[in-house]
Amino acid sequence: MAEDKIAVYFCHCGTNIAGKVDVEKVTAWAAEQPNVVVAREYKYMCSDPGQDLIKDDIKNLGVNRVVVAACSPTMHEPTFRKAAADGGLNPYLLQMANVREHCSWVTEDRDDATAKAKRILNAQIHRMPFNESLEPIEVPVNPAVMVVGGGIAGIEAALKLAQSGKKVYLVEKNPSIGGHMAMFDKTFPTLDCAACILTPKMSAAGKHPNIEMLAYSEVTQVDGYVGNFKVKVNKKARFVNTDTCTGCGLCLEACVVRKVPNEFDVGLSKRSAVYIPFPQAVPLRATIDPEKCLTKKGKKCKQPCVAACGPGAIDFDQQDEILELEVGAIIMATGFQLWDPAQDARYGYGRLDNVITSLEFERISNASGPTGGHIVCKNGEAPKSVAILHCVGSRDQNYQEHCSRVCCMYSLKFAHLIKEHLPETEVYELYIDMRSYGKGYEEFYRRLMDEGVHMVRGRAAEVTDVALSPEEEGRLVVKTEDTLLRIVRRIPADMVILSSGLAPASDAKSVAQTFGFGCSANGFYLERHPKLEPVSTVTDGIFIAGCCQYPKDIPDTVAQAGAAAAGALALVDNPTVKVEPTISYIDPEKCSGCHICVSLCPHVAIQYNEEKGVAEVISAACKGCGVCVAACGSNVPQQRGYLDDQIFAEIEGAMAV
Amino acid sequence: MRYLYYPGCSGEATGKAYDMSTRAMMEKLGVELAELDDWNCCGATSYFNTRELDSFAIAGRNLAIAQKQGDEDLCVTCNACYTALEKANHYMAESPRIREAVNGALGSVGRSYDGSKHVRHIMDVLINDIGLDAVKEKVVRPLTGLKVACYYGCQYSRPWGIFDDVEFPVTMDHLFQALGAETVDYAAKMKCCGGMMMLTKEEGALRMCHELLYCAEREDADVVVCACPMCEMNVEGYQPRVNKAFGTSFNIPVMYFTQLVGLALGASSKELGIDKQIVSCDRVVAAISA
Repeated sequence: MAEDKIAVYFCHCGTNIAGKVDVEKVTAWAAEQPNVVVAREYKYMCSDPGQDLIKDDIKNLGVNRVVVAACSPTMHEPTFRKAAADGGLNPYLLQMANVREHCSWVTEDRDDATAKAKRILNAQIHRMPFNESLEPIEVPVNPAVMVVGGGIAGIEAALKLAQSGKKVYLVEKNPSIGGHMAMFDKTFPTLDCAACILTPKMSAAGKHPNIEMLAYSEVTQVDGYVGNFKVKVNKKARFVNTDTCTGCGLCLEACVVRKVPNEFDVGLSKRSAVYIPFPQAVPLRATIDPEKCLTKKGKKCKQPCVAACGPGAIDFDQQDEILELEVGAIIMATGFQLWDPAQDARYGYGRLDNVITSLEFERISNASGPTGGHIVCKNGEAPKSVAILHCVGSRDQNYQEHCSRVCCMYSLKFAHLIKEHLPETEVYELYIDMRSYGKGYEEFYRRLMDEGVHMVRGRAAEVTDVALSPEEEGRLVVKTEDTLLRIVRRIPADMVILSSGLAPASDAKSVAQTFGFGCSANGFYLERHPKLEPVSTVTDGIFIAGCCQYPKDIPDTVAQAGAAAAGALALVDNPTVKVEPTISYIDPEKCSGCHICVSLCPHVAIQYNEEKGVAEVISAACKGCGVCVAACGSNVPQQRGYLDDQIFAEIEGAMAV
Repeated sequence: MRYLYYPGCSGEATGKAYDMSTRAMMEKLGVELAELDDWNCCGATSYFNTRELDSFAIAGRNLAIAQKQGDEDLCVTCNACYTALEKANHYMAESPRIREAVNGALGSVGRSYDGSKHVRHIMDVLINDIGLDAVKEKVVRPLTGLKVACYYGCQYSRPWGIFDDVEFPVTMDHLFQALGAETVDYAAKMKCCGGMMMLTKEEGALRMCHELLYCAEREDADVVVCACPMCEMNVEGYQPRVNKAFGTSFNIPVMYFTQLVGLALGASSKELGIDKQIVSCDRVVAAISA
């Protein structure tokens, strides 16, 4: 083997690293270390001139090992490995020493940071002689894409991909696509009706020849890797033959079970046991709710639905169907859930009549909703005064710290709708800060002030039905501190709308686990990079869009859905994709065939070869997690790039200074 | 079952009946209370709101004594004592800086404390250690037919909500339901009684008491039960002044929850200090005995 010639590059990262670490001192020290032929410092190593330093030294000095002390490898390792390759060096002969996230950003004292940087760097210098050249593995890419979640984000992404000629599987757990947006009345700030702008897209998605609609279905298992995912989808039994059902709705009218809370109206109206969620549902097919249907519950029923159905589509014996689908990329658009305001008892939700959530108000103000669009209290009378409480379960350290971003604007929209329906009604907006940041939003806020809506700067302290004056008798009272007037106020109201924040879906964590990525501290799906890769996840080939990533309004959701579709397209439009070679391998000479690694591998990437009596790694499926390496009693599986020699050398290097 | 017991200053004066009824109730339940040796005032709300670190030393002395006296949890009746002691305890356990400072002060009287003691509200002990089933078993006079307004007070579960919901506690309701009473929907259950403001700004405190009484009357409650001597004194003792200020005619019996539990367990009115109440509780006692 040729003599090791190591080059060390120390990045200032502006002041990110140089502000805490004595870069000159560590670089000068590095130059003195064994095998190091050159050590340089540079303001921004990731810049073109920085990368050129690496290329030039490889060519001119015969450098055959490179250490870059800079940021996290998840940030710029690909950048520098590409520079090394451009210089003619195998990219896996370059290692990063993370002196930013692991050192300068988290160390207060300059001397401590400098000493720590030296250790981190020395670990990599010691490792270098053990690094091997590796070649990326090239695998074919399946051009189909799966979109999980059929709200506006999923619909938009599916349509974009379908239009570009790709096969799309659109998976939705509910009987119809449409998501939350289908439930909304008007949309801010333009006030166009949500259904009017959404339903054409829903029906386009339903009709597109490239989109295979899998409504009333849920993903149960995801295997494989970028370009080659194998997904199991449980297509739940509707007990209605969707090929023959015409969506006429005669079975709904015939059904004898009529008092099931209607999910689409947030429980404010009733539906039958066989139901179509709403008139514009896509697919427009009936579904039998097995929890409520008398026949499905084993009770006696004359089954009038069967008699009513002309095409004979009712099929009580239908079973769930497990589909096994293969796709190259996946887009997650699984949305959010409304924060449950019953958790904050002070607002009386669930205890006091006429305290309602924002989603309930969307349905009440909607012409196709439970009150036919009439804004009324529980007793059927129009409210004379309505208080809208912002930041319920948002911007609250007791519950959710984050700002839900859409509540200020939809609250203003509510005020406008109330004023439009009931001009004499007083409307109070109780806000902390008015966040009207989008296009046309601030103008909308101004307009609402002109419409005579009372803006009260103060978080509501409590909603009570305890009347302390004749004016309050028989009504709700909102207590708050008006921080502009600097007084405590009691605002009588007949209806209180809680502008509840957006929360991660209750199953967000387990869904993320199924797909192999993570959640942020606030529970929303974690993107690969908050600024530069907001629609990617840590798992190659899986993208995210819409409110599952973080609360956002419809324009942002649609834009992000397009970005996710473009990300997926950039992958599946290629015939092949290169995957990392840092995966495990098993020496058949040493393997005893004990099966331990086979059963432990989370990616089903190890199979047992009956003929040879040994375990074998399926290179394309291995994700390099290292579980088999740690688990084997005989130390047989080894992971390239993380060999024992390399790890021990790193430890020795870190301990040596 | 044995606990260290901190009666608090009120327990020797205005809240004597709370102390008496607590001891009587616990005796009926077979629980031993060992009074803390040479205890001092907890510092209460006013001290930790003005000189916080000093207040931790005041409360810390009690905790230091408790640590030395035994391994049992320290059981507290008064909401204000509970909050003050638990607050000092919490900060001494969590903050090395505060622990060091307080121990510096305690050291001058030969004491020290490491933050390891459990401070328990007596309701926490009743619900979670003794258990509602065990309490129910010992009932000799069920509270059937009695309408109880459970007044928790502002410091019952705030700010931590250790044994109940921080803003909407339910434990006291569950206790009295288990004893056979009906508990009313008491909208003011977490409202402040005005506390010591009664001495500095009476009109404000009376307004707060008025709301507490109004809500109890609105629900037709036979009795308001409290878990704090300050609450009890204000809501009960200031009814005549509330009536004068607001033109009302409240005359609602107010009791410590321990008194009413004690009655259900068969303790006598005298043992429970019920004769010390300002608004006569005869109606309540009669209703139970009937």
